[in-house]
Amino acid sequence: MKRALACLMLLSAMVTSPLLTAKEAALMAEDPVLEKRVMALAHELRCLVCQNQSLGDSHSDFAIDLRTEMREQMKQGKNDDQVVDFMVERYGDFIRFRPPVKSTTFLLWFGPFILLVIGAAVLFISLKKRKRSVKTTPLNDEERKRAEALLGDK
Amino acid sequence: MVRYLKYLTPLVVFLVVVWFLGRGLYLNPREVPSPLVDKPAPVFSVADLHRPERQFSSEKMMGQVWILNVWASWCRACRDEHPLFVELGRKNIVPIVGLNYKDQRGDALEWLRALGDPYVASAYDVDGRVGMDFGVYGVPETYVIDKQGIIRYKHIGPVTAKSLETKVVALVKELQQ
Amino acid sequence: MIPEIGHYALILALSMAIIQSVLPLIGAQQAKASWIAVARPAAQGQFAFVLVAFGCLTYAFITNDFSVQYAASHSNSQLPIEYRIAAVWGGHEGSLLLWALMLAGWTFAVSILSKNLPDEMVARVIGVLGLVSVGFLLFLLLTSNPFDRLIPAALDGRDLNPLLQDPGLIIHPPMLYMGYVGFSVAFAFAIAALLSGRLDAAWARWSRPWTTAAWCFLTIGIALGSWWAYYELGWGGWWFWDPVENASFMPWLIGTALIHSLAVTEKRGSFKNWTVLLAIIAFSMSLLGTFLVRSGVLTSVHAFATDPARGVYILGFLAVTIGGSLFLYAVRAPSVSKGGEFSMLSRETLLLSNNVLLVVACGTVLLGTLYPLLLDALDMGKISVGPPYFNSVFVPLMMPLLFLIGLAPFVRWKKANLGELARLLRWAFCVALVVALLLPFTMGEWHWMVSLSLLMAMWIIVTAMLGFIRRVKRGNGLKGISMSYYGMQIGHLGMAVFVIGVAMIGGYQTEKDVRMEIGDVTSVGGYTFRFDGVVDQAGPNYQATRGYIQVMKDGENVMLMHPEKRIYNVQTMPMTEAAIDSGFTRDLYVSLGEPVSGGAWSVRIYHKPFVNWIWGGCALMALGGLFAICDRRYRIASRQRKEAEKRKMATANKGSSGDATGTAAVAREAKV
Repeated sequence: MKRALACLMLLSAMVTSPLLTAKEAALMAEDPVLEKRVMALAHELRCLVCQNQSLGDSHSDFAIDLRTEMREQMKQGKNDDQVVDFMVERYGDFIRFRPPVKSTTFLLWFGPFILLVIGAAVLFISLKKRKRSVKTTPLNDEERKRAEALLGDK
Repeated sequence: MVRYLKYLTPLVVFLVVVWFLGRGLYLNPREVPSPLVDKPAPVFSVADLHRPERQFSSEKMMGQVWILNVWASWCRACRDEHPLFVELGRKNIVPIVGLNYKDQRGDALEWLRALGDPYVASAYDVDGRVGMDFGVYGVPETYVIDKQGIIRYKHIGPVTAKSLETKVVALVKELQQ
Repeated sequence: MIPEIGHYALILALSMAIIQSVLPLIGAQQAKASWIAVARPAAQGQFAFVLVAFGCLTYAFITNDFSVQYAASHSNSQLPIEYRIAAVWGGHEGSLLLWALMLAGWTFAVSILSKNLPDEMVARVIGVLGLVSVGFLLFLLLTSNPFDRLIPAALDGRDLNPLLQDPGLIIHPPMLYMGYVGFSVAFAFAIAALLSGRLDAAWARWSRPWTTAAWCFLTIGIALGSWWAYYELGWGGWWFWDPVENASFMPWLIGTALIHSLAVTEKRGSFKNWTVLLAIIAFSMSLLGTFLVRSGVLTSVHAFATDPARGVYILGFLAVTIGGSLFLYAVRAPSVSKGGEFSMLSRETLLLSNNVLLVVACGTVLLGTLYPLLLDALDMGKISVGPPYFNSVFVPLMMPLLFLIGLAPFVRWKKANLGELARLLRWAFCVALVVALLLPFTMGEWHWMVSLSLLMAMWIIVTAMLGFIRRVKRGNGLKGISMSYYGMQIGHLGMAVFVIGVAMIGGYQTEKDVRMEIGDVTSVGGYTFRFDGVVDQAGPNYQATRGYIQVMKDGENVMLMHPEKRIYNVQTMPMTEAAIDSGFTRDLYVSLGEPVSGGAWSVRIYHKPFVNWIWGGCALMALGGLFAICDRRYRIASRQRKEAEKRKMATANKGSSGDATGTAAVAREAKV
């Protein structure tokens, strides 16, 4: 441990003018553009052996294997959809974090919009109705005083 | 009346959600049904585990009902289920093919020597390519494939005596008729 | 012996909780002063017993008593003392006990801080809280007793999951639970009001500070969880739309709607029905979250393999508590008056729109979280719903909400004038627009999403400033501004800060995945990183490989960063400890990957602009809540009531024998 530290110090002493002597680190990916595509797509797919992790986030063997496969297929010129199809053929829709739009997921994709429309409609209708039903009956002085005392205003 | 119904809506919605949650308690969120069931099994040809110079081709199995058991020597659950396959192999009801998945050949052979070899053939899937085509995501997995080469059943995880009897063997017998 | 005392204390706490719920509720219904008087002491007693039980469990952890099953499975003798304490709530049983403790704590606080409320009301509130306590204490004792013995005792414990061995874990769950559980107080107030039939502005005023306090804790709790995931999971994300996260986010969304709707109910006496419903929903979301996390229905590896008894119990409890409350609501709500009049364009309407958006947002999260289960239950296939889904449906819902934040504070109650508003705010909007369009260029790249988010954030900031200036001019300087106004603006600014953080990290994060030999350099985000090797180092209960990375800017050494890989001794799980240099405008985030050939390591380096604004924004929101709680009117109300009480006592003593529930005849439907 101590020796290692000493080595380290020596080393950093050796490279005091770092930028001149240092070598630029190699990227892990051979092709950074391709890698970006792989990772972007990997974040859309689920790592089946992990708990709620994407293939992009997981370090498991399963995720590494599938990322390698994706990389290979993209190198062969397959587009994202084709790669996803390959995965879905083998692992089912379960692997997609972005479920496909079809009859069974219709409610999932349009549900939020439907909810919003219902919410807005209920709001609008009840406001309309309310305007008709609420008749302002001002408090008389005594009632107002009591209310204010209880509410503690002023 | 309608006026009162309006206020019952939250209760109704809530009860529906509770019903689903109750159903959910008895479901397994991790069990993924394979899309390959009732589809043709991927055809593969890889090195034989015992004789590296020979190839095992799945086409050989055409015309008969067979079981594909995916396993590895590093997989603990495989050790649990293996005696059941050894026993099934002895009964000679159905040919079982072993797919040795991402393993060291030496370890795998040693494992079979120690625990028994129920397989009519062992395919050596060193890089997991075949496994990927079958949609394997956890070892062990077991497939039942019919005479036409269609996958009829997939079992994820170790089989138990009961599941082997009621699901796998029962299906095999039905398919063999 | 100590664990048995703990177990016994838990049983006593249960009996106390039964007394605390039954007597005061019946007492309040039948106006029996002596039964009503039981509420406070019973609540305090229950708290004391749960505290003893919690203390006993903590003692078992500190002293490494591995004859306690729960301690044996979640602790270890090598574990540093602070994590041993945090391990008390590191598993199922302990976190439930923490839940019960928090609940008893909130009830205790109500019993102490409610001197100014009518006794009958307090009795009902404490009684309802007692019922919830009964449910949870029974759950603990029947299905999840943390004091179960392990015979023979384990030689050593199985250790706390290394992911949880982190300062974040010490503080995150207690905060989160304070928030979760705190909504039970708002819920209890709502049920008490429904039971008594007095749903009025006074009720809203009483429950408002409690709701805001719970909301503050929840905000902090969620932010801490996000921060913990950011630095502990090793890949620097801050939100994953994981079911467990969603479970805490849903009560937050409803809670946010609730604190806004309470404002309307308090000030204007309107939306009473809606507010009371929100209070019930907020707490049901807390319970639902507890169910989702504790039953393993969405998360566990094999849900059916474990005993579903726990899940069945919580679900039953949820069904009875919330089902009963919603039934009560359905019975009582139709007779509640509507409150004051207001026009289509008014602050009331905008706050209602805020509520609609927040509730729809919560519904969306709920839909996405439960949809896989829904399909599975109907045998219609298995799907996953993940971050891509949530991001694409949730974000559009938030944009109008952000716009409303800037607008609503300028809109008058009752009736506003559109022309006046437009005149007032057009310049604010222009300023925000120009800044939002130009600012992204200084970052090098222009994204429309970043620009749109910045527009909303700037809009909130500019309007907040404008509103503040107007207040100062109109009133008598800074003094004339109420604490709740400060609170509101700070909270809204917090939202703006949060949005800036999210937009910047979304648009301008840069990362590099490199293979570094000793002496290699690489540049990310204007900094140069030099790899100086790794050193093996032993931690208290782990072995670490510690990386040395020299960071330089413009040729100068800036700092040394130490990302680590750790193997924990007991669970032998490899962990990545990222090195993070936090700054106001950026984080540098370095994580050590795997050793690759020839003494080189794979290293991942991120430059994360403005990432701390995400949590800073949350902290500001919580601070805003704190300001709002401190508003004078809550204290004045209490002082006045105390005086009124004294006067009443005096008259009561003179002869007219006690009408204990007298003070509760509060402001009848204040139709202001």
